[in-house]
Amino acid sequence: MKPVRIVSGAVAALDRTNVDTDQIVPKQFLKRIERSGFGEYLFWDWFREPGFPLNRIEFHGAPILVAGRNFGSGSSREHAAWALQDYGYEAIVAPSFSDIFRSNCTKIGLLPVELPEDAVRELIDRAPDAATVDLERLTVTLPSGREVPFEIDADARERLLNGWDEIALTEKRFGEIERYEAERERDGPNTLAI
Amino acid sequence: MFEKVWADHAIGDDLLYIDLHLVHEVTSAQAFEGLRLAGRGLRRPDRTLATADHNVPTGPGQPDELSQAQLAALKRNCDEFGVPLYALGHARQGIVHVIGPELGVTQPGMTIVCGDSHTSTHGAFGALAFGIGTSEVEHVLATQTLAQRRPKTMLISYRGALGLGCTAKDLILGTIAQIGTDGASGHVIEYAGGAIRALSMEARMTVANMSIEAGARAGMIAPDETTFAYMRARPGVPVDFDAATERWRALTSDEGADYDRTVEVDVPALPPQVSWGTNPGQVVPITGAVPDPRDESDERALAYMDLRAGTPMQEIAIDRVFLGSCTNGRIEDLRAAAEVVRGRRVAANVQAMVVPGSAHVKAQAESEGLDETFRAAGFDWRGAGCSMCLGMNPDILAPGERCASTSNRNYEGRQGRGGRTHLLSPAMAAAAAITGRLTDVRELVGS
Repeated sequence: MKPVRIVSGAVAALDRTNVDTDQIVPKQFLKRIERSGFGEYLFWDWFREPGFPLNRIEFHGAPILVAGRNFGSGSSREHAAWALQDYGYEAIVAPSFSDIFRSNCTKIGLLPVELPEDAVRELIDRAPDAATVDLERLTVTLPSGREVPFEIDADARERLLNGWDEIALTEKRFGEIERYEAERERDGPNTLAI
Repeated sequence: MFEKVWADHAIGDDLLYIDLHLVHEVTSAQAFEGLRLAGRGLRRPDRTLATADHNVPTGPGQPDELSQAQLAALKRNCDEFGVPLYALGHARQGIVHVIGPELGVTQPGMTIVCGDSHTSTHGAFGALAFGIGTSEVEHVLATQTLAQRRPKTMLISYRGALGLGCTAKDLILGTIAQIGTDGASGHVIEYAGGAIRALSMEARMTVANMSIEAGARAGMIAPDETTFAYMRARPGVPVDFDAATERWRALTSDEGADYDRTVEVDVPALPPQVSWGTNPGQVVPITGAVPDPRDESDERALAYMDLRAGTPMQEIAIDRVFLGSCTNGRIEDLRAAAEVVRGRRVAANVQAMVVPGSAHVKAQAESEGLDETFRAAGFDWRGAGCSMCLGMNPDILAPGERCASTSNRNYEGRQGRGGRTHLLSPAMAAAAAITGRLTDVRELVGS
């Protein structure tokens, strides 16, 4: 994972709530066994609807996507986060995210940024005017110049800032895991023996 | 209950040990490839179990080329890393959330994860079970742990008993309508109260299954005698079952305990429920009408569903019926639907299908003659899989088709591009198949 510190640039606005991962990447594209190349399937059906906001030319190439609350709800498919990142987004801003989607984003270096409704509204209303997400300082600078703080899990922030591989971090704790298995692990079920 | 399960599995304050990792073809290939690229092994194949469900055909014919490649990748990965696999054709194959409980590997007090959001199903046994993404699948394969922060807790307390014709599906749809599709975000739900205790194990799985549709991290139901009776004699349960039940009895929902949030649901006020819109919170009683839109999201849903506010739900004609899924593809679901269907015919303009949740459910249903009941009525009787719940295989709606579905999501395009989904219970789906429109099942079965 590449380190992420600052995402700065144009904002693309999708003023819809409860955007589910079925819309972000429809199921027919989940048959692929690769991790890359999902950008072309992003919002597959919506991009084919007349007037779909992200079709606006001034939103093309924007590194920041802003949307309504409960973004990424539904299916756990990480393909949704892969598609948003592969399409070119580096940060997604919304009043709230589904738990699994938010987690999926932090694993791949896509920043999920939760802001209060009024800040999200300003971003949407002024899009594509540029904003800056600063993960180090935990602030978003809105187009008006107003600075708004945001929160993110402290461990996720460290990993994102440094581009660390989470599995490698956990491997350093194999001693603790082995101790758990020796002293506390429950007995079964053994899937190899049923 | 949640506190105890969490404490039993916490390593430090940010790592959770995982007792069982369920794997399927759609969200695992990239994780196995990640292990391979990093030269990592699979830590605990004895705590890992795989099946093919999302992408498998349920009718005659071969899967398409991409699906075949994905199923072949699962087989190759399971062979290479030593994971037991119940592939298509195996007597234990089926939807991952149906076969776990069926095999008895889903047990109270466990931590269970799977690269699928409906992993919450296993919470019906008092397990802490939740869906994860592919990066996390890889993390669990490599370390048997997950980096996790302690979620918040929410008690949903059900007052009163379910009325005639009302089921677990109506209970959970009504709950989601009440709290919203993000009403439980960041929380683990504990479902409690007399109406929950009165449910069978399979009905409890229907409730826990849809926890994710309220945005919950997981949903749990304390184990009791109903749980133990369901589990006894299943292949995966502990040899000393009685000693295990003694331990499991310590897992209780304490209504005096400190929950971050508490919600009460008035059960007798819930008639059979049906969704009208494009998310599982857009639900009304079957006796009601399409509601007035409250915002743009509602307006968009009405347009997509081609519905007008004020239309009585029972006047909505349907084209298709789908009976199945990890929500409602178990034997009791099939029995409940067969009860309504028996001696009747599917309406002339309706195409109806039954997709058992597993090969085992299918065999059981056939031994009870349910397949004959469904076939005689004009239903299509299929093989096991996720099928039209998500439409990855050829079982999909055509654009504009309207479906009464026992599945869990009514998102735009979920069952096929342009398809329109109404979520409801198996008995309600059966009633809709017979009349050709959304129907209050109580009118067919009498009171």
